[in-house]
Amino acid sequence: MPIHEKSLIRPENLITHEHLELDGVDVSGHWSTFINSRVVTDYNEQMQEEIAALPGGEFIHRCWQCGSCTNACTVNAINPDFNPRYWIYLIRMGMEDELLRDKDIIWQCVSCNKCTYACPRDVNPEGVMKATAHWLELKGHTEKKPSMTFDEIFSEQVFETGKIEDGLVLRQFFAATKQSLFQDWLVGMVRALAFRLPVGLLTKMGLATLFHPRTRGWGRAKAAIEEYVEERHAADRRALGLDVQGAE
Amino acid sequence: MSGKYQKVAYYPGCALEGTGHAYNRSTKALGKALGLEITELKNWNCCGAMEVKNIDPKLQTYLSARNLSIAEDMGFSTVMAPCNGCYHNLKKAEYDLANDPASREVNGRLSNKAGHKTYEAGKVETIHALDWIKQAIGEQGLKERVKNSLRGLKVANYYGCMYTRPRHIFPEKDRGPGSESTSQPHFMDDLLAAAGAENVEYPLKTACCGGAHTLSDSDTSTKLVLNLLTTAEACGADVIATECPTCHTGLEMHQARAEKVFGKKTSVKILYFTQLLGMALGLSPRKVGVHENFSESRDLLRAKGLA
Repeated sequence: MPIHEKSLIRPENLITHEHLELDGVDVSGHWSTFINSRVVTDYNEQMQEEIAALPGGEFIHRCWQCGSCTNACTVNAINPDFNPRYWIYLIRMGMEDELLRDKDIIWQCVSCNKCTYACPRDVNPEGVMKATAHWLELKGHTEKKPSMTFDEIFSEQVFETGKIEDGLVLRQFFAATKQSLFQDWLVGMVRALAFRLPVGLLTKMGLATLFHPRTRGWGRAKAAIEEYVEERHAADRRALGLDVQGAE
Repeated sequence: MSGKYQKVAYYPGCALEGTGHAYNRSTKALGKALGLEITELKNWNCCGAMEVKNIDPKLQTYLSARNLSIAEDMGFSTVMAPCNGCYHNLKKAEYDLANDPASREVNGRLSNKAGHKTYEAGKVETIHALDWIKQAIGEQGLKERVKNSLRGLKVANYYGCMYTRPRHIFPEKDRGPGSESTSQPHFMDDLLAAAGAENVEYPLKTACCGGAHTLSDSDTSTKLVLNLLTTAEACGADVIATECPTCHTGLEMHQARAEKVFGKKTSVKILYFTQLLGMALGLSPRKVGVHENFSESRDLLRAKGLA
């Protein structure tokens, strides 16, 4: 998989003339394509530091741009615009406007850790993707993405009871993202299973939705976790120069 | 038989009590059939799965470490987790507590406030169900016990992401002959081959099924899973053997979704390796929870003389 450096040379900056002569030299056709020069003045000098302050982003400064992450990337193989190496480059250079062009796909990292496995510099690119997705959201560049909604619903259940019940996570996620539970592929699958399962197990699964599985004596752990989450939340917002009171 | 791992603590995790119930049932049935003793951790909690680390990685370390401290309290030096996510997170906690002072500090603080012992690295070893069977019984031991050979069953062995990546949290892997490999894992292949299965060359053993976004980015997951399924079929596999409840459910769900939403039908079957090994030892499909799988594989099992 090649490195997509072309992203910095936008189609609108490529100029080709069918018939053009300059000082007696024929510069027609695509052999003589001009690249419009551009001057970048709006560097965000804090961007690398801010992303490094969020969990997962700590080692971004180690990157030497070898491209092993993008080469190994699961999502890049199905969408060439998904390019961790390029985004790390932009963050380190402070090229915020360029990064924002891809703001709606960065959250799609599937955490397969192929990048982290391949990285010769221990950058932890998977962590950098998550930190960047957080940064985009905290800074208000993007709305809350579906994966973040899912992470929050899931984590809140764990913090609340110590365990999760996957049926409840599914129902809450579909409700939060305004999707119908009755998607025909899901209905078909559940119906096929319901016909095969013994009554005992079905009853048990039904009871699990009524009596949520929980870890006994979880109250103190819950309080400790919630206090820590609040503390981290405030620290993240402070690192990004945001109003700590604005935290949820 | 090496005698190692005859008695271990068992950490099923949330998925095995929910969608991965068949994996729980088959793991227990397999252990029983092989005379291995497993004791479930008392009052365990979620390891953090793939979600809590995105809220804060150190919370995941704490949640996983709490389970390790329970194993220690119960007097076990080994905890076995069949779920790749749980296995990965307990290993990750072990690594972080050994190497990162900040993780140790947070774990200590939260453990104190929660009122239980603080787990310290090095007290409990975490193993996967694959390590468990491989070390406690081994290929030779399995061969001696096979009643119903998997002969003629073509299997693609699928390990997924969390069993091998990132490699630094698995210091016991990549240690040469006898150890597991992070680039070409083979423990499941070894065990199924010992039970008579014909393993096909499957290049996507450690590819990703998109499990982390199985609901939040379904189209991406369906594309990734479809690739796994069609490649397995192209390799000649009848069955994809799995060793992770998230991968397993993801493959089943997105096989159904690919058919309904993308109009792409695949017919390769999906079974837990514990279900295949259990049937090879003579257990009935019902005993290993084949009827609890979303995908229907009983026709194939009947045709191969396993049901």
